[in-house]
Amino acid sequence: MASSHGTPPVFNNKVIAWIDHRLPIFSYLEKEYHTFPTPRNFNYFWNFGAIATVMLVLMIATGVVLATNYQPNVLMAFDSVERIDRDVPQGWLIRDLHMNGASFFFIAVYIHIFRGMYYGSYKAPRELLWILGVVIFLLLMATAFMGYVLPWGQMSFWGATVITNLFSAIPVVGQSVVDWLWGGFAVENPTLNRFFAFHYLLPFIIVAVVALHVVALHVHGSNNPLGIDPKGPQDTVPFHPYYTMKDGFGVMIFLIIYAGFVFFAPDYLGHPDNYIPANPLVTPDHIVPEWYFLPFYAILRAIPDKLGGVLAMFGAIGVLFVLPWLDTSRVRSCTFRPIYKWFMYLLVIDVVILGICGANPPEGWYVPLAQLATLYYFFHFLILLPILGKIERPLPLPPSIADAVLKQKAG
Amino acid sequence: MATPSIPAGGHSDPTRRDFLMVATGSLAAVGAAATAWPFINNLNPAADTLALASVEVNVSPIQVGQAITVNWRGQPLFIRHRTAQEIKEADAVPLSELRDPQTDNSRVTDLAKKVRPEWLIMVGVCTHLGCVPLGNKPGQPKGPYGGWFCPCHGSAYDTSGRIRVGPAPKNLVIPPYLFTSDTIVKVG
Amino acid sequence: MRKSMKRLLVSGALALASLSAGAAAIAAGGEIKLPSKQWHFQGPFGTYDRSAAQRGYQVYQEVCAACHSMSLMYYRNLMALGLTEGQVKSLIKDIQVPDLNDDGQPIERPAKLSDRFKSPFPNALAAAAANNGKAPPDLSVIAKARAGGPDYLYGLLIGYVPYDKLTPQQIKEFDVSKDDNFNKYFPGHKIGMAPPLADDKVTYADGTKATLDQEASDVTQFLAWAAEPHMEARKRTGVRVILFLLALAGLMYAVKRSVWADKH
Repeated sequence: MASSHGTPPVFNNKVIAWIDHRLPIFSYLEKEYHTFPTPRNFNYFWNFGAIATVMLVLMIATGVVLATNYQPNVLMAFDSVERIDRDVPQGWLIRDLHMNGASFFFIAVYIHIFRGMYYGSYKAPRELLWILGVVIFLLLMATAFMGYVLPWGQMSFWGATVITNLFSAIPVVGQSVVDWLWGGFAVENPTLNRFFAFHYLLPFIIVAVVALHVVALHVHGSNNPLGIDPKGPQDTVPFHPYYTMKDGFGVMIFLIIYAGFVFFAPDYLGHPDNYIPANPLVTPDHIVPEWYFLPFYAILRAIPDKLGGVLAMFGAIGVLFVLPWLDTSRVRSCTFRPIYKWFMYLLVIDVVILGICGANPPEGWYVPLAQLATLYYFFHFLILLPILGKIERPLPLPPSIADAVLKQKAG
Repeated sequence: MATPSIPAGGHSDPTRRDFLMVATGSLAAVGAAATAWPFINNLNPAADTLALASVEVNVSPIQVGQAITVNWRGQPLFIRHRTAQEIKEADAVPLSELRDPQTDNSRVTDLAKKVRPEWLIMVGVCTHLGCVPLGNKPGQPKGPYGGWFCPCHGSAYDTSGRIRVGPAPKNLVIPPYLFTSDTIVKVG
Repeated sequence: MRKSMKRLLVSGALALASLSAGAAAIAAGGEIKLPSKQWHFQGPFGTYDRSAAQRGYQVYQEVCAACHSMSLMYYRNLMALGLTEGQVKSLIKDIQVPDLNDDGQPIERPAKLSDRFKSPFPNALAAAAANNGKAPPDLSVIAKARAGGPDYLYGLLIGYVPYDKLTPQQIKEFDVSKDDNFNKYFPGHKIGMAPPLADDKVTYADGTKATLDQEASDVTQFLAWAAEPHMEARKRTGVRVILFLLALAGLMYAVKRSVWADKH
């Protein structure tokens, strides 16, 4: 089944040829995942798309199996999770994989997002590809939030209460919206029941959007660390085996770190309070969301106004949708943007600072720090990016990918 | 997608590479199989279910001629204290008359090979299509052979729980059981 | 290009490190420093000390169980502590559990292996009513439900300070009265539970001397086991999985190198 760019594949296996003549799945795989011309200069940051895909599959597989034993009822949910942990054969393994898998899915996705930002992967003609990615990110956050409610521990319950109450900030109809979300007048059994239903549904919608994301990706192909388009076959390699093998290796390294948490510190990323069954009458001293929401949680608290905080939090994600048009620079990769590069590092550090602020109680110097970090976050996207693109003088771009690769080898 | 059979066009050492590919592919396949197991195993009966897989029943309150029904593994378990007359009838049936030939003695032997003809312990599920036969409670029809009668499709069982007439193919099932004393029987 | 990538990696790693330090500071639950004991179950190869946990069950059963339920535990679970079926049956032979008879009337019957640990109170309201309005927490997963885990539980059990040993400053700062129970490790220090353990509170069957420290350590190990009975299987599986992944990653790297040999 060997073939090179451009020529249609010929399948020697009769069964495959028969099927492919009627349903061209093999031609499709051949074209999109085998001969697909891919820039030859990816670094390891380009592994995280594949890694995120592996995590998505793993989360769905473990989730479906967990759902066969989980009970979405306030009287039984906590105990049913513990039953999975204690009595179901290897239930602890599936649960620890799922519980830590959420965190590692987010790690992969965050690195994937920052990679896209650093190398300008959102710029023309990949704006829709980027927007689909932000949609996936939003769906992922919704899924993770509802999933965290299901064990029905104290953090589940109070997290659900606090986050759903965000919508009460909406003028006039806020409380009606919240009651509608809850299916009652507080987070109660109907809430848990529907969260379970949607937690099961959304991942499959994510799969669909991921498919669109990949379709969009394969129209113009991947961006690359240089941010310049491939000019011919000398700039590309076939996706398989070059990047299947490189992705495979990256996935293995990622899985080793993930396994380290799953098997040797399964509760490290969780919170002890979630092993206390939900109690609607007692709020824990200090409510924190899961770590992957902390930067946004910090932005929410940084604004001393209920509606303002909610708007800022949603705005922090909303701004990502228009990122392709906020960035006025015609150079994609930060490699050739001597000034913006430093602001990009600053953005990474800023988001981490926001995360630390979100993890700590809003008191002392965490308050001004969170406000400063929030200010920078919006300054970066709304003011810096549009202006800097106009005034920054980029470094000269190399004539081609091959040229740059060869020069690097020589140097 | 990642099949290890890759054309070696233009690469430096195709033999070494092919070997590496095959080794990696095989190891990955082993890993995939090992990963599949917890997912399959997860659906097996859990420890709390298994803990209820055996029940201990005190049979001393059951009078001669009476029967009780006990829940065992989600199914009715019939325990009948048979009369001498019932035992005699069951014993007297020639095996040639039976659809599913079993001696009465073989159906009242516990795991320790001790025969207790007065105690008949069976799963109360008709071997035809899974209905619960009548005849275990006083006043219920026992059918033409004085044992049990399935109201769904008319199968009739004798005083040893063996199928005598009707569509059921097999005798009522005898579960593994053990008398841990003269009055306590452990089923399952 | 390489350099910038490295810088991004380094800043990311620094950021993650500071983030986890921040999270750890929260997990430690304030400034109280817990006693740190070298537990048998610690570390990637640690296992439960079965005899300590068995003694711990005795402490739970004879002392804690008067107020604290362990509703996620079944008596059959004790067999995983190295006891035979017969030993467990004889341990529980005097325990009567509530049930319904065939006529639907409430009765008490002897506990079976498939029963959950008997709760001291019929429900949470009754538990609260009998304990000044606050129900004693269930202990099934308590080792996972408290910041500090086993160290916290052990500290709590040995951390009581009698009123006359408190400094005037402590009494003033935490507003302690003669009837309060002061505990070094309890957040806020004033705890509803009176000191539960003391020297010779139980008599161990295996002849171990029942000091306060021994009892506290034993019951902590029992509770750690109860919170995560499958921990040993988890670590065992983990060692195998990681060794396998390392081997596969090594092979994948070799394949990747040989595939890319003519492109670099």
